[in-house]
Order: sequence, then C-alpha cells, then structure tokens
Amino acid sequence: MAEVELKGVRKVYPNGAEAIRGVDMQITDGELVVFVGPSGCGKSTLLRMVAGLETITEGEISIGGRVINDVSPSDRDVAMVFQNYALYPHMTVRGNMSYGLKNRKIPKDEITRIVEETAKMLRIDDYLDRQPNELSGGQRQRVAMGRAIVRNPKVFLFDEPLSNLDAKLRVQMRIEIKRLQRRMNVTSIYVTHDQTEAMTLADRLAVINEGRVEQMGAPMELYTNPRTLFVASFIGAPQMNLIPVRFDGTDLGDGVSRFSGFSDLPMDTDLVLGVRPDILSIMEDGQLDFRVDLVEQHGGENLIYGTIVGSDQGAAHGLEICLKANQQMLPKVEDTLQLGFDPAKAFVFRKDTGERLV
Amino acid sequence: MKRVQFEHSPIPYLFVAPQLLIIAIFFLWPAGQAVYQSFLLEDAFGLSSQFVWFRNYADTIFNDSWLQAAWFTAIFSTLVTLLSLGLALLLAVKANEVIRGASTYKTLLMWAYAIAPPVAGLMGNLMFNPLIGDMYHFMNSFGYDFDHKLHEVDAGFVVILISVWKQVSVNFIFFLSGLQGIPKSVTEAATMDCKSPTRRFWTITFPLLAPTTFFLMVTNITYAFFETFGIIDTTTQGAPGGATTTLVYKVFQDGFRGADIGGSSAQSVVLMLVVLVLTVIQFRFIERKVHY
Repeated sequence: MAEVELKGVRKVYPNGAEAIRGVDMQITDGELVVFVGPSGCGKSTLLRMVAGLETITEGEISIGGRVINDVSPSDRDVAMVFQNYALYPHMTVRGNMSYGLKNRKIPKDEITRIVEETAKMLRIDDYLDRQPNELSGGQRQRVAMGRAIVRNPKVFLFDEPLSNLDAKLRVQMRIEIKRLQRRMNVTSIYVTHDQTEAMTLADRLAVINEGRVEQMGAPMELYTNPRTLFVASFIGAPQMNLIPVRFDGTDLGDGVSRFSGFSDLPMDTDLVLGVRPDILSIMEDGQLDFRVDLVEQHGGENLIYGTIVGSDQGAAHGLEICLKANQQMLPKVEDTLQLGFDPAKAFVFRKDTGERLV
Repeated sequence: MKRVQFEHSPIPYLFVAPQLLIIAIFFLWPAGQAVYQSFLLEDAFGLSSQFVWFRNYADTIFNDSWLQAAWFTAIFSTLVTLLSLGLALLLAVKANEVIRGASTYKTLLMWAYAIAPPVAGLMGNLMFNPLIGDMYHFMNSFGYDFDHKLHEVDAGFVVILISVWKQVSVNFIFFLSGLQGIPKSVTEAATMDCKSPTRRFWTITFPLLAPTTFFLMVTNITYAFFETFGIIDTTTQGAPGGATTTLVYKVFQDGFRGADIGGSSAQSVVLMLVVLVLTVIQFRFIERKVHY
C-alpha cells in the first residue's frame, strides 16, 4: 500500500536521445493508473524507471514516501508483469512463483502456503508442477501475475501484459486484472497502446506523447474534455474526425463547407475542427456533403466511412470521415448524404500547437 | 486419401550416397582395418604377419607406459575441459555486459579460433623456448626453477596452457551466443526477484546455458582427447619420460615411430571404446539434467 510520486523525471540516453522530458505525477494509494500512447512515446521507459530497470537521469521517483532512485530493483517493493511473461523456462510454475520469496529468505512452509493460496486464487493450482512451455498463453499470463502477487508488493507494474493474447482472452484477462486489482487494492501502473484497454481499466489515464504527459485524468474526462489535439485524436475508437478549417469571423470553413455556431476564435490561423463519429448524424440541412465509401456492420451499430464531397480538389485524397449510425442505417456505396452535428459537442484546436480552443 | 508414394525410387538413396560413401571410406573401412590389425602381430616391414588373438590387447593394457598415458589423458582432458569452459564462460559473461566497443572486444576474443592446433603448439613452443621464450623467463622470474624439458608438472602445464588457450575462443563464441539467446525480459525479471548477481547467475543464467554447456563439454572432451595431438607433437612430443603422452599420441608413437602396427591398432580400438563409454555416460547422466 503506497502512493507513487514522480518529480521532474527525465531520461536521457548516453547517445543524447531524450526519452522522458520531465514528468510530474502523483499516484494515490490503491489507484490503477494507465500509461497510454503510441509506440516509442516513452511509456514503457517510464514504467521501467519505476521498476528500476532503467536509470533515472534527472528527477525523483518515490514509493510510499521513500525516494527509490538508487534502490536496487529487488528492494523497491514493486512487482512487474512483462509483455512476454518472462517466466523462467527451467523452473516449474511453483518454482517460478517461489523464486523471489526464496531469495528473500522466507521460511519454506510459508512460501508453500502463499504460493498455493495465490495459485488457487488465479486458478492455476492444477499446474503448479508443470513447466511454462506446457502451458497455454493465458495460463502463462496467470503464472506471471501469480509471481507478481506472491511478493505482496507495494506497487504492481504491468508492461503491456495482454498484447500477446488472442482477442477473446485479452478481454477476459482484462476484466480479471481489474477485479484482482480492486480486490487486492494495490497501487498499479499499467502500460498499453490499446486505448480500449486503457479506457476500461484505468482509474486515471495518462496520455503520453514524445516523453511528456499530455494529459492525465479519469478516462471519461479525457474523452469528453481533451486538452490537446493529440489526446482528442488518441482517445476514442473510431478516431475523432479532424477537419482542417479557418475562422472568418462568423463561421468555420474548410473551403467547401461552412460550419456555424462558433465564435471568439482567432482569424488567419490554421485550426482543426474535431468531431467524434457518434455526434455526426444524417440530417436534411446538414453542412457536410458526404460520399459513402464503405460500411462496416458491427452488429449493434454501423460505421460508415466516406469522404467530404469537394475536398479532393487540389489534394490527392479527399478528407476521410467516419460516422457512427444505428444498424438500420445502411447507405449504398457512392450514395451522397448530408451530415450535421451539434457545434456545442465539437472541439476546435490550433493546428500548430495542438492547444484546444473550444 | 490417395496414396502418393515413390515406393521403389532409388533417388533418396542417391541423395544420401555421398555421405554414406564418405562414412564408409573414411571411418568404417579404417576402423575395420584397425580392429583387424589389432589381432595381428606383424614385423616392422609388414612382410609377415601372424594372428595372435588378444595378445596385443593384453600387452597394451597391462603395460606401465600405457597406464601412465591413460592417467595423464584423464587429468589432461579433465583440466583442459574444465579450464577452457570456465574461462570461456567468464569471458562471455563479461563480454556480454560490455556495451561500448563490444564488437571489437568480441572479435579479439574469437581470433584464436582461426589458429590450427599445430600452429598454436609452435607458438607455445617459441614462448617457452629456454633461449628466447618470454613465458619461460617469466615463469623463472619468480625464483621457481621452471623447465618443461625436465619437470613433468611443468611440461603438463605447458601443454594444458596451450590447449586451453586454443579452445577458449571456440567455447567463448558458443557461450556468448547462448547468453544472447536468453530473453532480456527473463534477466530483468530475475533482477527484480533476486538482488545478488552471483546468485542470479547460478540460479537463472547458468541453468539456461545448460544445453550449450553440455554440447561444449562433449566437444571439448573430444578435443582434449584427439585434437591436442598437434599441440603435443609440436611442443613436448610426449616428453619428459612420457609424462605428457596422451593415449592418441601414444598410438601414433607406437605405430609410426615404434612400427608396432598391431599394438597401436589395439590401443586405438581401446581408445575408441573409452570414448564411446564416455559419450554414453555423458548423454545418460548429464543430459538428463539439461533443460532445452
């Protein structure tokens, strides 16, 4: 049970590459924080710095009030679940789970008790004497989690633990991890690039981009109130529609269509209008002329992809737009529809800085 | 399902024929010759021969010089194997940790691999030459009367040193690639589970290197038995007083220098059996503990 604090944390590699450019963060006791971002954004590096697998160039990381910059990984009271499980291939499941405890000189019968209890909780008690290569991916994942749990750490670290599993198992394990974390109430940091995983698991979400935390908050807060263009485009599936526009004093225009209902925006600046697929709707007097390219039927709803009519003038490709509609809405390819949206639910960003204006 | 089989096609046999031919010409035929010769007593010029059953064997086994060679071979191959494996493992572990200049370092360590055993022997011979050898003077500079032409232990030291030096590079390459085959995340998981690097090495790294170690042990024993011939022949030639004569070197000496074809054949048959038994033991008792 501990809070984790990051203060001005930076990571610069010997070759001068800057992986983490100053991160401040406070994670409260028992919270599950998810680091999400595109690959190469530094989210794994940040997690590995907490784990002690990467050195901290500058700044301070503390767990439960103790600065751990110079504490060895095994003394940090953290346990990590790796992407490829990282089980010891020459040990049985029992051996894998008790290895860390043995090294801490915990009495043998105590180890047996803890390992068996945990194995039962994770439903791997039937496999205790098997080798990792005799287990399925999901079972290995449980063993990896068991190995972390038996250590009774102050903080759990998950490094994309589900990305090696198939889609069905991934959903199942996701729910299980969430339940387990609730039950054990241990502070956890979870790294993923999968935004569904991030949204569903997190108490709070930290969107990381180029070594910086772009925004941190509850998943729904990030969804409804993104502070930057990057966060807006990263959170939400399907992705938010982004339409490059300019403000002429009364309306926003992209050269083809005009969107009213906006005011107090800077003129002569490139802006980006952000409209989520689910607030777009088909209406008689819609401002957007939309030509259908493709309809994806997802069962409960249909995703309709297409381009804005006229937007391909002077450009190689037309501006692609996605719209979420109910399952009865099944337009034909090449149909032209009129789309509209509630301007109060749309976002406007500056193109150069990514800062949100509306 | 329809059966598609080329039942009596000679093609598969044609494909394996070259290999079979090589085995027959260069292994089965000479081995058969050796077994046949080992039952014969022949004069030095090969003009007459007589079938003597197991007399050659009896003469060989109950012979002091053979027992001395067998004893030396046992000590020699044990030391060469253990030392070259141990040193190579140490170097590989250290080289694996080096980040800057890693490839230069590795290349330098692998260089000795390109040297043939007789060349290594010649180089060693020069280094231990009483007139110009740096190693000879170095060993004597401690006040110890080092002379491999006179002292048995010193002669043993020279051949072992050269044999180990020659073999370390091969072992190094295998150990290094074995170490690089260990997933990084497994090492990292171990770092979080165990504080002591030494303990981590013996509980995680070493067991994961076991297949490599086993393979190298088998090849190194073979090396110590057979390939060190070139080194011994170019340095001590079995001297002083047969103290550095290995079983293989004795086969050569008795057969080609002593012109005792029957006795030398009997020795090589015994040697073949010894190696066979050793290999069986290795696979039976050690391989079981290896986790692939």
